[in-house]
Amino acid sequence: MRELLIRNGRVVDPSTQRDGIADVFIRGGNIVAVAPNFDAAGAKVFDASGLVVAPGFVDMHVHLREPGFEYAETIESGAKAAAAGGFTTICAMPNTSPVNDSATVTSYIVERARRHAIVKVLPIGAITKNSAGEELAGIGSMKNAGIVAISDDGKPVMNARLMRRAMEVAGSLGLPVINHCEDLTLSAGGDMHEGAESVRLGLRGIPSCSEDVMVARDILLAEVTGAHYHVAHISTHHSVQMVGFAKSRGLAVTCEATPHHFALSDRRMIPYDSNYKMKPPLRGTSDAEMVLDGLANGTVDAIATDHAPHAGSEKMQEFERCPFGVIGLETAIGLAFRDLVHPGKIGLSRLVELFSTAPARILKLNAGTLRPGAPADLTILDTGREWTYDVNKSFSKSRNSPFDGERFKGGPVATIVNGAFVWRADSAA
Amino acid sequence: MFAGLLGIEGLDRRVIEAILDRAKDFQAVPGQPLKRLDALRGRMMVNLFFEASTRTRTSFEIAAKRLGADTISITAAGSSVSKGESLVDTLNTLGAMHPDVIVMRHAASGAPHFLARHLPVPIVNAGDGTHEHPTQALLDARTILDRTGKLEGLHVAIIGDIAHSRVARSNVHLLSKFGAKIVLCGPASLLPKQLAEMAPGVTLTTDMKQAIKGADVVMMLRVQLERIHEPASPAGEYFAFYGLRLEHLQLARPDAIVMHPGPINRGRELSSEVADSQRSVILNQVENGIAVRMAVLERILSQ
Repeated sequence: MRELLIRNGRVVDPSTQRDGIADVFIRGGNIVAVAPNFDAAGAKVFDASGLVVAPGFVDMHVHLREPGFEYAETIESGAKAAAAGGFTTICAMPNTSPVNDSATVTSYIVERARRHAIVKVLPIGAITKNSAGEELAGIGSMKNAGIVAISDDGKPVMNARLMRRAMEVAGSLGLPVINHCEDLTLSAGGDMHEGAESVRLGLRGIPSCSEDVMVARDILLAEVTGAHYHVAHISTHHSVQMVGFAKSRGLAVTCEATPHHFALSDRRMIPYDSNYKMKPPLRGTSDAEMVLDGLANGTVDAIATDHAPHAGSEKMQEFERCPFGVIGLETAIGLAFRDLVHPGKIGLSRLVELFSTAPARILKLNAGTLRPGAPADLTILDTGREWTYDVNKSFSKSRNSPFDGERFKGGPVATIVNGAFVWRADSAA
Repeated sequence: MFAGLLGIEGLDRRVIEAILDRAKDFQAVPGQPLKRLDALRGRMMVNLFFEASTRTRTSFEIAAKRLGADTISITAAGSSVSKGESLVDTLNTLGAMHPDVIVMRHAASGAPHFLARHLPVPIVNAGDGTHEHPTQALLDARTILDRTGKLEGLHVAIIGDIAHSRVARSNVHLLSKFGAKIVLCGPASLLPKQLAEMAPGVTLTTDMKQAIKGADVVMMLRVQLERIHEPASPAGEYFAFYGLRLEHLQLARPDAIVMHPGPINRGRELSSEVADSQRSVILNQVENGIAVRMAVLERILSQ
């Protein structure tokens, strides 16, 4: 059987509370042992001296656009971008065409991923049929076909009673309910965060309260139903506070934040540049600071990219006509180093928790750990590596990133899935 | 470097002064027997209007012609735009015909800014959505200066649908750069509180009488029904509380002037008596529009 020894790296694995120099021995796609000076004669050796060895990173929120929008991204291209971004598992949101609202579509995605994806792709099923918000999708049969959560992401579940029913069903199946929190009656027609910048630029605003009222509603419903409720791409000051409040009451409420929501704000966007247009919008400075604080203090559980590819022609339009969303798989770790690790807000252990341990725990995955017996999915990082993001060299089929040309210090150098290298920085360029 | 004119916000005060001074020279042109100068002979201006406009388009066209330039006007209806061509493709096509300047009006805020990043042709913003209308602010400033001689310290009340007004935004930026006191007034849902952060010297009120009290200039805005996506309050309410009538002017300074970017709706934003009164400088604004646009085009094209 194939053997690999990752030698002499700093192994950071919050699931086993390990943080120290050790070797990781892998055989047949699984972790066999993690120990200093492990003797594995005959195994292929990867020298990780000076590098950080972590359980594989999990991005619980990506859009792979397949089926239906293959011109913008495919499962294959999205998985390559994920590998180059240091991710070993990605979770595909259901807003494809057709929407992943049935076991048939789920099975199609699982099968396409098995054939074409170099990282693990786990589908998330729709909450409602066609994500239309009118009647529940076949959640149980999708679970049997392989979904790990439900969400109508891209759209909120506006009907509170339907949301309650979804939580009841998902709760009984052990699936988390992920909501894109946006009260459409408040956000109606907005293109960017409502504030001084939207007023100055003459663009219609998406107020913070459009997110806050739905987070508040959902937390109350989570208490009523006892379901595991997860806030997608949390972006506002009050929403982070409310999730903290829910946690203090012992509710099964978690949330994720995207790199762009902590790395940017409405004041830092290039006016009318659609690479800064996404939902939720880039919020105010105090919102971004609150997200950073939440990531540091544990209120925000995980970092997820909300990787949302759009073809160039879709983004080359008047700002108000452009679709929402930016790609993010390849810049997530670099931004986390820049804004969280290097300024001293979090240590490496918390970084690994945010990218690996926590999303794996939220979705109950057999991932996010280097425990013997676990799948050998690893992300290897270099905290000092200096690199520049060139969006034209992205593995994604789309180019809609606000971080083109950004210089980073710290990032992934190798990605291992089931014991095999799927990406290495030194052979990618 | 004066590549084009996208907005007032990013303009240096000295550039604005230079344009306004030059516009004063051009005010005399209509009185001359030969109304055509040769400064821009052989240059080509394309008017590209994606939104209906009569006065601004005509004003630019006359301004260009008076300077001897050739002009072409294209409106969205009847062009390839109505056949589904994207904005970038339309502009690239026009750009390949090598005009010297494109004057553009568009319903989307930032549309000219977006194009300016992708096209090597200077673009003059003739109004973008609810963002800016820079030549309107310049002609308004020229009109105020003709009456008062200065902008600094003036009390200017801008009244109406501020939220959706590009005229208001450009005027706020311009007047603020010259140290005017600007009072923005309108119904609460059309008066976002963040307007006060837009530039120094801006205050807000929903009370029209308070806005006009002691004003040197009362600038009324057109109600932009086409931009209001949801009715904030019944139309009747709006006109009852924010229509300008003669009795309001008693609160302003005795020599106060009344302005309106046009087209006016008599009996709506302002009563007929106000529109026709000695206080009204609405037709001076129209005249100055040509002079100011001549100055802008000359500045861009004579480089």
